[in-house]
Amino acid sequence: MFDQILQFILTGITVGATYALVALGFAIIYNASDVVNFSQGEFVMLGAMSTIALSAGNGLPLWLAAACSVAMVICVGLMLQRFAIAPARGASVVTTIIITIGASIFLRGLALLLWGKDIFGMPHFSGEVPLRIGEATLLPQNLWVMGGASVLVLGVHYFFNHTTHGKAILACSCNRTAAHLVGINVGMMMLIAYGLSALLGSLAGILVAPITFTSYDAGVMLGLKGFSAAILGGMGNPMGAVAGGLLLGLIESLAAGLISSGYKDAIGFVILLLVLFFRPSGLFGKASAERV
Amino acid sequence: MPSEALLKIAGLTAHYGPIQALHGISLEVKPGELVAIVGANGAGKTTLLLTLSGVQRASGGSISFDDREISRMASHKIVQSGICHVPEGRQVFAPLSVEDNLRLGGYSLRSDQDRLDQELDGIYQLFPILKEKRKQTAGTLSGGQQQMLAIGRALLGRPRLLLLDEPSMGLAPLLVEEIFRVIRELNDKGVTILLVEQNANAALRIADRGYVLETGRVILGAAADELLADEAVRRAYLGH
Repeated sequence: MFDQILQFILTGITVGATYALVALGFAIIYNASDVVNFSQGEFVMLGAMSTIALSAGNGLPLWLAAACSVAMVICVGLMLQRFAIAPARGASVVTTIIITIGASIFLRGLALLLWGKDIFGMPHFSGEVPLRIGEATLLPQNLWVMGGASVLVLGVHYFFNHTTHGKAILACSCNRTAAHLVGINVGMMMLIAYGLSALLGSLAGILVAPITFTSYDAGVMLGLKGFSAAILGGMGNPMGAVAGGLLLGLIESLAAGLISSGYKDAIGFVILLLVLFFRPSGLFGKASAERV
Repeated sequence: MPSEALLKIAGLTAHYGPIQALHGISLEVKPGELVAIVGANGAGKTTLLLTLSGVQRASGGSISFDDREISRMASHKIVQSGICHVPEGRQVFAPLSVEDNLRLGGYSLRSDQDRLDQELDGIYQLFPILKEKRKQTAGTLSGGQQQMLAIGRALLGRPRLLLLDEPSMGLAPLLVEEIFRVIRELNDKGVTILLVEQNANAALRIADRGYVLETGRVILGAAADELLADEAVRRAYLGH
């Protein structure tokens, strides 16, 4: 029994690390502009799909394919901001969110046209010989996911707390007019936020694809899960989003193992609903209050 | 005779959608001056300042700063050219620390951290309370402290022209006095200031010159003491 639970926990952390990266992408764009970017899941899908296309189709080594793919997805993120979000400046947040939903449908359609409906696998980065921990097993790829996610999360944490650009993005989110008035190029900060989110999304997709496989519509579920995780942790709190992602992954994995795998996704969304009912600011979010 | 105008506004208009807020404003500020713009609520004072700093787009007319046309410039470029704006209602970055707020004020200095540290020390000398509270989030400061923070933040942009929008709003009388003393002191140190105030009395008393704004038009412009003595101005804006 104990070994089984350990196994569920290890799986949960791996899946949770992916959710955490997606949630972090949500939180960064939300922080910068109050917009929930529903194409976040598509960044994840595009990262995985284009890496596979470049490495299997064009015969590039996996690392090079991954690097090119990340660069491409960042460009997609920048173009989304520049050509779809920025022109709607002055539109309400809801309008902008709908634009991101439209963009996600567009990107999914594009992936369908390019790569069809097949499900694709990606080779594991360093073999498939499982490591044994007691009776539980761990694939080297799980370690890649956990390690990669940790590095990215720490990097993002450092960026927002210790760099001028990171703080400038936070400044845009708490008071855009004042950000203009201190000389921050707000448009540029929005581009950086979308680029960073695309970077996180695509890397999450690439790291996890060898375990979960991927297809043109894989971004839908990952996006929704990441969104749930971000809400769970408190929207706009990057480290809360990470905690929310890990928590959601763990709960799903334990529920799937101990109750029934059929309910795995349902449990995630039930948690989302419960949080929205009872603690709308999330587990780690602060109720918004400020002196006027 | 003072030299050429530092800021020269001619025929400036601005619209919010179909509504015209500024109807051809013309005024100028010379280097070293403290100029007050007084007027009732809704006269267009805040719109005028926001248009100067590029947050609100001008729909017509010209703004020339240091002989450069800036009415079409992006707001961050305007800050770089030396116009810093203390907005109405303070608008501090509430969740960020006091020091982060100030450092963001020096955003255009970001490539020169040593210089930024020096400037920061200067602000802490001017407002010792901010040094004391530098680790606190700006949202926890009192109204007066937030006003000092907003002024300090703007000063870190090393303004050649400082725009102040209603710095006394919502403050206790003692604090109002303190804020106006600081403004006077800054001007004495050579900072050119354009001050917008509903508290016309206090503003005109420290200003060199003043303009009276009414429904988006300049209706009067004169030396501050002349405006203070003007019967019509007294009745309309000074409450006696």
